[in-house]
Amino acid sequence: MSWFKQVLSSTIGKKIIMSLTGLFLISFLIVHLSGNMLLFKDDEGEAFNLYAEFMTTNPLIRIISIVLYAGIIIHVIYSLILSLHNKKARPVGYAEARPQQNSSWKSRNMGILGLIILIFLLIHMRSFWYEMHFGSVPTKSYAGVEVDDLYTVVVAAFSQWWYAGFYVLAMIGLAFHLSHGFWSAFQTLGLNHRKFMPMIKKISLLFAIVVPLLFASMPVYFFIKSLA
Amino acid sequence: MNVTLKIWRQKNATDKGRFETYEMKDINTHMSFLELIDVLNEKLEMEGKEPIHFDHDCREGICGSCAMYINGRPHGPMKGTTACQLHMRHFKDGELITVEPWRARAFPVIKDLMVDRSAFDRIIQAGGYISVNTGGVPDANEIPVSKEVADEAFNAATCIGCGACVAACKNASAMLFVSAKISQLALLPQGQVERQRRADKMIAQMDAEGFGACTNTQACSAECPKEIDMVNIARLNWEFVKAKMHSKAIEVDE
Ligand code: HEM
Ligand code: SF4
Ligand code: FES
Repeated sequence: MSWFKQVLSSTIGKKIIMSLTGLFLISFLIVHLSGNMLLFKDDEGEAFNLYAEFMTTNPLIRIISIVLYAGIIIHVIYSLILSLHNKKARPVGYAEARPQQNSSWKSRNMGILGLIILIFLLIHMRSFWYEMHFGSVPTKSYAGVEVDDLYTVVVAAFSQWWYAGFYVLAMIGLAFHLSHGFWSAFQTLGLNHRKFMPMIKKISLLFAIVVPLLFASMPVYFFIKSLA
Repeated sequence: MNVTLKIWRQKNATDKGRFETYEMKDINTHMSFLELIDVLNEKLEMEGKEPIHFDHDCREGICGSCAMYINGRPHGPMKGTTACQLHMRHFKDGELITVEPWRARAFPVIKDLMVDRSAFDRIIQAGGYISVNTGGVPDANEIPVSKEVADEAFNAATCIGCGACVAACKNASAMLFVSAKISQLALLPQGQVERQRRADKMIAQMDAEGFGACTNTQACSAECPKEIDMVNIARLNWEFVKAKMHSKAIEVDE
């Protein structure tokens, strides 16, 4: 076996792939969140629509987005491979188990939390990404330039209570996935030192609260606005 | 005090196994958990029944033999304690206590609570040693090692190979055990020569034995009777990266 195949066949190698793709997805969350904050700008969606236009047409962004899709797919595939492998490692379970006394619920349910995120991603992509690329989105022109009016699509989606509610639930799932995943990725890469791990764990928790909270604030804001 | 024991009984590796319940009356609260089973076994033998098979040796918390999953946790409810050092005063009067063997593909049940842990031995055989030519006894402190590093290595070396980490982990992963066995040598000068080879071989053997991967739930460290730290698992991961990414061998030998 070549050394690379050996790495991929090892459980530690697979976990390193999980951690690298996970950290990459975390960096993507930051970019995605900062862009989407433009939704809050009180300009009838002009800044957001221009940003969305840039993100769908810029060639560099298009290349990065392919890397991103690959990142998600690899993360999901390896999570499946590892979960199946881990299930196989204990064919007969315990009759009486009290795992809550030695570990956190989120750390034991990264697969379920990931599945919630995956279902969310599929619905999310269907509503916005698919509509932008293959659907019929109304257009608007700014200073003579005609662009897709994604803002109106977003506002319409978020004014449905079940859609906004589903977003909030999915973001709670993301919060738990991140609050374990963030520091866990550093541990997997071997970057655990008594000196700086307490800080990584604090940043991990802060990130896991702030980022999903800001994402969730968007559907909540537009849902409340739709009631007025 | 009185307790009810619900214990896993299994004739041999192929038997399906089942729980059996035993009422224990007027037991001494200062008894250890193993002594409680001794009392039960004496009674069973008097009745001409098969006693409960379980592993034990030192009965002072240093050999790692007494593998049993007590009330949903390896070695029972006390932190940093093996089953032989667990006393009945930590249970409530009238409590139902469930006792099961370690559950892992790599630890098949031999009989009752006794499991085959030779998978751990094979991991050690794969590289958990240093090779030194015999000769005169070297002078003490000939090789300088700082106090911090020596302490860290000694902490890792307190692992007694009990398998509680595997039993506790939802993935039946042996990472804590392997990390302790790799750390105790990787931290010291004597462990340097075979360092990369050791990490490579021991991790490959760990996978070959069918243990699960690590999800960093930290259940292992929480249940370890020697409280081996999670830092060791990170060190193991790093040893893996180093062994694979900048291995000194240009060609891999197999
Ligand atoms: C934005 C989306 C996501 C981010 C930022 C993310 C991030 C992470 C991070 C950082 C880890 C820790 C890796 C480690 O322990 O080394 C992780 C683990 C995990 N992720 Fe995700 N993830 C995302 C989506 C998903 C999805 C869609 C799934 C699956 C359907 C998933 C399944 C898992 C599983 C099962 C683990 C634990 C693997 C293990 O330790 O055994 N994740 N994730
Ligand atoms: S690491 Fe702890 S729990 Fe695991 S075998 Fe060693 S002493 Fe037992
Ligand atoms: S019998 Fe030796 S550690 Fe319990």
